[in-house]
Amino acid sequence: MPTLPHGPEWDFELIERYDAAIAETAAQFGLDTYPNQIEIIGSEQMLDAYASAGLPLGYPHWSYGKAFIANEQAYRKGYQGLAYEIVINSDPCIAYLMEENTMTMQALVIAHASYGHNSFFKSNYLFRQFTQADAILDYLVFARRYIMDCEERHGVAAVEELIDSCHALQEYGVDRYKRPAPLSARAQEARRSERAEVERQLYNDLWRTIPKTPQDSATPEQRGFPGEPEENILYFVEKHSPRLAPWQREVVRIVRKLSQYFYPQVQTKVMNEGWATFWHYTLLNRMYDEKKVDDAFMLEFLHSHTNVVTQRGFDQQGYHGINPYALGFAMMSDIRRICENPTAEDREWFPEFAGGDWLKVLDFAMRNFKDESFIAQYLSPKLIRDFRLFAISDKSSEPELEVDSIHDERGYRRVRRTLADQYKRENRLPDIQVARYERDGDRSLTLRHNLFRGRPLHETETDEVMRHLGRLWGFEVRVETVDSDGKVHSTRDWRP
Amino acid sequence: MMHLIDRRLNGRNKSAVNRERFIRRYKEHIRGAVKDMIADRSIKDMVQGGQVKVPAKDISEPRFRHGQGGDWEMVHPGNKEFVTGDRIPRPSGGSGGGGSEPGTGESVDDFAFSLSREEFLDIFFEDLELPNLMRTTLAEAEQKKLVRAGYVKEGTPSNLSVPRTMKTALARRIALGKPLEDELEALFAQLVVARREGRAHQDLEGRIAELEGRLKRLPFLDDVDLRYRHRVAVPAPTARAVMFCLMDVSASMDERKKDLAKRFYTLLYLFLTRKYERVDLVFIRHTDEAEEVDEDTFFYDRRSGGTVVLSALELMKTICQARYPVSEWNIYAAQASDGDAFGADAGKSARFLEDELLPLTRYFAYIEVPEEDGARRSSLWVEYEEVEEARDNFAMRRVAHPSEIYPVFRDLFSRETA
Repeated sequence: MPTLPHGPEWDFELIERYDAAIAETAAQFGLDTYPNQIEIIGSEQMLDAYASAGLPLGYPHWSYGKAFIANEQAYRKGYQGLAYEIVINSDPCIAYLMEENTMTMQALVIAHASYGHNSFFKSNYLFRQFTQADAILDYLVFARRYIMDCEERHGVAAVEELIDSCHALQEYGVDRYKRPAPLSARAQEARRSERAEVERQLYNDLWRTIPKTPQDSATPEQRGFPGEPEENILYFVEKHSPRLAPWQREVVRIVRKLSQYFYPQVQTKVMNEGWATFWHYTLLNRMYDEKKVDDAFMLEFLHSHTNVVTQRGFDQQGYHGINPYALGFAMMSDIRRICENPTAEDREWFPEFAGGDWLKVLDFAMRNFKDESFIAQYLSPKLIRDFRLFAISDKSSEPELEVDSIHDERGYRRVRRTLADQYKRENRLPDIQVARYERDGDRSLTLRHNLFRGRPLHETETDEVMRHLGRLWGFEVRVETVDSDGKVHSTRDWRP
Repeated sequence: MMHLIDRRLNGRNKSAVNRERFIRRYKEHIRGAVKDMIADRSIKDMVQGGQVKVPAKDISEPRFRHGQGGDWEMVHPGNKEFVTGDRIPRPSGGSGGGGSEPGTGESVDDFAFSLSREEFLDIFFEDLELPNLMRTTLAEAEQKKLVRAGYVKEGTPSNLSVPRTMKTALARRIALGKPLEDELEALFAQLVVARREGRAHQDLEGRIAELEGRLKRLPFLDDVDLRYRHRVAVPAPTARAVMFCLMDVSASMDERKKDLAKRFYTLLYLFLTRKYERVDLVFIRHTDEAEEVDEDTFFYDRRSGGTVVLSALELMKTICQARYPVSEWNIYAAQASDGDAFGADAGKSARFLEDELLPLTRYFAYIEVPEEDGARRSSLWVEYEEVEEARDNFAMRRVAHPSEIYPVFRDLFSRETA
């Protein structure tokens, strides 16, 4: 087969030829993907897509405008390049290619997004459990239409306020353990209108005239509601808020559903990017070995590839923490190395797969882990040395920071554990749950913040969020910070 | 199995609605910024967009997150010299987790972004309306414009539309000729049969001859075919305006005062160009005598002398009569002066303005740029005050500082609430 042409120019026919070649190579490795849909867009459209968190059909909101302006500024001034691609977890899997890219870049992006990310979306357990790839586009259309409909009926300002409040709590709108019921936009819409219809039919002005019987005093079960703490705050608001109108509940639900949709992406950043980077690297190299692409193509490709997987040291300029592309790519490549050329150290650390079939091992890892467990399981001492990782401990009781562990025999496990914990949700987000709803009393809502290792809430911002929660709830809301002994440490509240 | 879709042509600017919402939400900040821009800018740059800063605090989207304090561990790459147990002083700018917790580094930078020229002008002119616009309603417009309005059956020969006439003629010929042709065809068929069978066919031939005669007599063109282009006269609103800039450049008008006046004219000009298709500018400067000059000379040339306000007003009237008849032009004027008029000049000017100029103009604005202490009222101001009471298309304000220009401008041109 002759080598494929490349250069700054591309055309549709050429993209199709590249895609065919990449698909053929991917098939050799047995990558399982959704069908691909590749869309060519301009840089401005890429900025648009950025602003709405990569969703092509998001509902309108000022915060997306803010993101758009910020990105646009940075891009126009050259502070920041644009991502070469955006890929959407849907079936078919939609990848956006920028028209400004060279042919080599388009090939890289196709391999990265349409085969790498795509197969990850299809097989990783979190995505399989938490998202419905075939329903998301329908749902987005429904959400956008519904919210715009509400704007027409209730005014833009009212809807905007409501969404502001929901956004403030969107990280607490996720079910982490229950598998959400499959959603279909049409079914949802049908159910919603059915609800509205029944309400309309049952309406009878007579009900108003019935004399009110005095309420029985609360039974013991009722007093402590909810029986178990609820970590999905938005869910609780949607179901139990005493003040929200039905359409407002639906909006809360939409924000919650979208938040749920993004949950797996946040949990698998390192793995997802690592997997996609590993595969574009592996696929294009295989194509080079088969003489489908030439040297110049490879040089341009490698230039972009190395830019993506650069990891700066903590003391270098431009250090923004650990680069998920670099770490993920290194770990995926390292697993392959451990399978193909294991050292004595590898055999000691990874007896279960050292020297095994790398395709199978990688596939297993991709399917069954998220960042936290993936790092805890697969980060090898060699990588800790290569990255020269070290852990710093910062205790508020100490005047100075302390180096907790480094890349030595004593430190490997500790560094690995610490790094894995870093990707835990609990580490990033304060642990806050709904504790009490005084359903038969003053209707106030109490959240409990479980103090973890003495880490306090950010004061001014917490007050802001409480104001938003209060707006959703309509009655007094408070958050109690509780230490590990169950003692209430401090309370912040907000009254309407 | 792969679909390739070109989306470059559709859906550009999807975020436009989001951007617009952002701007609406922070309108107060942006208005403030626009006001500052006007105070700082020179006239030439006035029409460009510009940077707007919104305090980061005001646009933050709050989340539950950790504050400073508590115990943390953090892994970093690139260790060179550290060994376990080393102690490092806390990085400056943060204590208790400041260096190690992501997201604690509190950025107090303002959120800055550019307004496009259009957005800038929109905010600039928001809520402003041309005064007395009612008078330019269609009913009163005296100009008529002929516009095409289809075809009619009667008209002058010069308006004859040949293609349309031919089309009509063709249609008529087909409509009238087709039944005859059909019948002829049927008769011919019968004739052939009759001949073959040897039957008598004279009546058939007679009928055929008659029909052929009728066909032949169908006229190629008939009176009813004629079509003429039709035009109707519709009233055309006057989309033209002329703006007279009158400025006192006498010795007492120092650089600061001139600058204030210039800014006001710039605003007025920008405003008018947005409202009218065509805006003519006439620059009249005066000392003890008035002259018409071009824009550059008006704004940047220096000249000094005495002050006779009346001369400028008279010149304006002469120019109006010669070049800008009231029936065709919307006439606006803005006069800037420090109000230092001598003797009878102030009184005469006020009378002239009231009796001769105001009936011609849509709106006449007088801007007085006083001395910086600015407490004393000028002689011209006193005289003009009477005019303001009597006439509603005259307004006057005092502007002592660049930052006052915009509020005064808005005040003068604010939408009439009545």
